[in-house]
Amino acid sequence: MSDTTLLALGSIVTAGLTMAIGAFGAAIGESRIGAAGMDALARQPDEAGNITRNQFVALAMVESTAIFCLVIALVLLFANPFVSGR
Amino acid sequence: MIGKQEIFVERVLGWLGPIPVTETMATSAATSGLVLAGGALLAWAVRRRPDGRLAAAGRLTYRFLRDLAAEAAGRPSPALEAFAGALFLFIAAAALVGQLPVIAAPTASLPAAGALAALVFLAVPLAGIRAQGLFGYLRHYFRPNPLLFPLHLLSELSRTVALTLRLFGNMMSGHLVVALLVALAGLFVPVPLMALDLLIGLLQAYIFSVLACVYVGAAIRVGEEVPP
Repeated sequence: MSDTTLLALGSIVTAGLTMAIGAFGAAIGESRIGAAGMDALARQPDEAGNITRNQFVALAMVESTAIFCLVIALVLLFANPFVSGR
Repeated sequence: MIGKQEIFVERVLGWLGPIPVTETMATSAATSGLVLAGGALLAWAVRRRPDGRLAAAGRLTYRFLRDLAAEAAGRPSPALEAFAGALFLFIAAAALVGQLPVIAAPTASLPAAGALAALVFLAVPLAGIRAQGLFGYLRHYFRPNPLLFPLHLLSELSRTVALTLRLFGNMMSGHLVVALLVALAGLFVPVPLMALDLLIGLLQAYIFSVLACVYVGAAIRVGEEVPP
């Protein structure tokens, strides 16, 4: 295998791993936020608006880690600085 | 199909003297025009037809943005309302514009999202200096200990990068998924994902403006040690 092929292979495998591991962590975090939100909603239905709003904010903050992984994976796939000639 | 030229590189439409006019510049100018026209229409309705539906929509929009800014920042501030409201309306309108065929949302480009985050980055010290005075604001960089000064700087920079990447990643990934599904599956398959994309876009507009308010609010209340 030439160097270019090896680099491309490494980039693609790493991009897949990046997404897999990144999505794993974000999924656990978001499910915990969802569970806590449901619990709070069941305890205090009157505060539904407040709870839902803060829950969405927290979800988006946690989700951004997965989004960072997505950006890294896309950089590896489409804008890899070490693979020339794309 | 989907190459790097569609994700990280801007497509140049034409040249205005030495300045390239990219697709993102055109769509963001159109989005701003749309927001301004809609705002002018609502303002006209509130002034001339106070009982109509348009006036009610205008008042509801204003009240929503005012409450968002006041609750996130911890205190009401007219300048912050205008700033956060403009950010919200622009990003939400960008998400709506991005649903049109062929057109990508202007916020789905890294430079545009970075420009919005840079606005927040600049607004934080400006608001802090206006509220606390130059030294009153700069002093908080050396609290509780001068050793923490680099960490303060690092946190301001990293949250700006996080704002950029969050907005860019969310808007771009929705667009990418829809483009992939159109290429692989066909015409009507991506419709539910487009709805999800729209929901995420509006949510990101909310998150972005709430975070901007939180950051600016923290700078305004910098001297008060007791949290509200």
